[in-house]
Amino acid sequence: MYRRLVMPVDLGHVERLPKALQVAADLAKHYGATVIFVSVTAEVPTPIAHNPAEFSQKLEAFGRAQAEKHGITAETRAYASHDPTIDTDKTLLKAINELEADLVVMASHVPGVTDYIWAGHGATISAHSDASVFLVR
Amino acid sequence: MSDLPENEQDQESIPAPEGASDIIETDYEIGQDNITPSIGPFGLDIHNPVFVVSGLLTVAFVILTLAFQEQAEPMFTAMRGFLTSSFDWFFLMAGNIFVLVCLGILISPLGKVRIGGADATPDYGYAGWFAMLFAAGMGIGLMFFGVLEPVYYFATPWGDQPLMRDIGVVDGELADPAALEAARLTAMAATIYHWGLHPWAIYAVVALSLALFAYNKGLPLTVRSIFYPLLGERVWGWPGHVIDVLAVMATLFGLATSLGFGAQQASAGIGFVFGMEGAGESVNFAVILIGIITALALISVIRGLDGGVKRLSELNMILAIVLMIFVIFAGPTMTLVTQFFGNLGAYFSEILALSNPVGRDDDGFRQGWTAFYWAWWISWSPFVGMFIARVSRGRTVREFIICVLLIPTIVSAIWMTSFGGTAIQQVIDRVQEAAVYGFVVADYVPELSLFGMLSELPMATVTSLIGITLVIVFFVTSSDSGSLVIDTITAGGKINAPVSQRIFWVIFEGLLAAALLLGGGLLALQAAAVSAGLPFAIVLLVACFALIKGLMAEPR
Repeated sequence: MYRRLVMPVDLGHVERLPKALQVAADLAKHYGATVIFVSVTAEVPTPIAHNPAEFSQKLEAFGRAQAEKHGITAETRAYASHDPTIDTDKTLLKAINELEADLVVMASHVPGVTDYIWAGHGATISAHSDASVFLVR
Repeated sequence: MSDLPENEQDQESIPAPEGASDIIETDYEIGQDNITPSIGPFGLDIHNPVFVVSGLLTVAFVILTLAFQEQAEPMFTAMRGFLTSSFDWFFLMAGNIFVLVCLGILISPLGKVRIGGADATPDYGYAGWFAMLFAAGMGIGLMFFGVLEPVYYFATPWGDQPLMRDIGVVDGELADPAALEAARLTAMAATIYHWGLHPWAIYAVVALSLALFAYNKGLPLTVRSIFYPLLGERVWGWPGHVIDVLAVMATLFGLATSLGFGAQQASAGIGFVFGMEGAGESVNFAVILIGIITALALISVIRGLDGGVKRLSELNMILAIVLMIFVIFAGPTMTLVTQFFGNLGAYFSEILALSNPVGRDDDGFRQGWTAFYWAWWISWSPFVGMFIARVSRGRTVREFIICVLLIPTIVSAIWMTSFGGTAIQQVIDRVQEAAVYGFVVADYVPELSLFGMLSELPMATVTSLIGITLVIVFFVTSSDSGSLVIDTITAGGKINAPVSQRIFWVIFEGLLAAALLLGGGLLALQAAAVSAGLPFAIVLLVACFALIKGLMAEPR
């Protein structure tokens, strides 16, 4: 049913991801889908990497490690943005489109008061994407 | 797409593939000193000493200024006067060094280095890039001084004339034709000197250094990174904290004071156009304008760099070009065209005399105008430089200097020629009856000088409205880009800190400006910001050295 599963990840907060990663891996195995890890970085140096190229390598390494650990096929795709604080959602939606994803799995926080003012990434993606979206709280 | 090899996919999805560059290896990790407190539902991600210290210092400074207004204003104004009169030679010399460093890099092989690595491609097209350069750097100043400064040098008898001290209008009568032409040329040359190579060289040095150390060396995008070649790992400790706190405070004070003054100017303009008596003096009106500007900046900052500042800057560039073309055609068109080349010629033939730091007797001009301007540009340079750096990735150093130094100089010269030239012509034609003469010479009302010039051209109401819109939008873009810069510095170089932080800084700036406007103290704080120009001038001279050293290590 699903062939291309996109999972946005924040390499700065890998510790918050295990549950969502497990869900993505299970779904991928069940449907025989490829998991594509997507991440958005800034073009200026960040805590993760000196530049987008280095970021892309780190994401690739992350993808390989996950593929090995869960026994799935994984690809990675890094995007650079001028202003990730604002543009992350837009970039992720573009990625989902470009990568022809049919399922998106992402970790998301439990909604709080601020979500009434501006929604979290997960909420925005599910509101605007054509693909099915699985938010892991 | 899925069957592409991994690395090709990466090249496709990352707009700027990197090439060889000289990464500085350091143990410092961006954000390692950051703390992530939560205030209510808002999570923050801030650099520990820098955010807290600059926040507290700013609040303390403002409270003290408001509490001791009587003492603070004379003290800071005296300090500013002391600095510009005692260190005028230093400011002028530093300005010359910045220009020479930029021109030296331009013609040397260092110009081949590409910002962001050998294979990087530009993030922004020329139009958006230029628009943002002007919107952050001097848009608001061009609006304010475009008419004021040329007419001031041309016609005021107050002894602030540069060099020859030819004055076009003596005791309300036109001078003889030879002196008239000499006064006009000197006025234009001196104005272009203050808006030409020197200010842009100051911005270029800061911007280029920041861009180099962030995009090529991989250090965080904060002011302290420039000092890595000199201070080494110590830059991540207190020496660096002090540099960043200074940068934050100079930016905040500069923004808040110009927001305060700008709101007064805009309200005076609105009052003039709509014939509202006393709008210029009404503090409440100005505070409402600050509220509107802050609200617009808030929307812009929430829309991000591409959706906010860039759009607004482009809009403003179009409006400014429309206004300038209108002035050129409604004013003395042919005279302006011929004058432009004459003015540029005068600028280049007088530049050595104007920029000579010693042995001059035009104190009023050199200390009151040039040294003041240089201190002001320098105290703004961390903000403007950092913003320019952020949007300049992918350009070669040579391209950068041509576009940040040479082309803006030409654009400033065109602007000054059309606005100042038209205004001077009005004074020559009608002398004491010209509105501009009234606002610049007879009774000094500088904020109305632009509107006075426009009022004697056709469609004055429309063009004045465009003028007011330009002023307001330039303030919105300054407030917005300033908040981005302050947020980045106070987050230790992280540009993906939570959006609530930017919102905090935008509102904080607005409140600061409103408090200063209501409580008094704008002048005091502006004097304090300008005084920051002296330590920063030293900092920038050091930066020149670091910049050249850093560029030499890059692959070309």
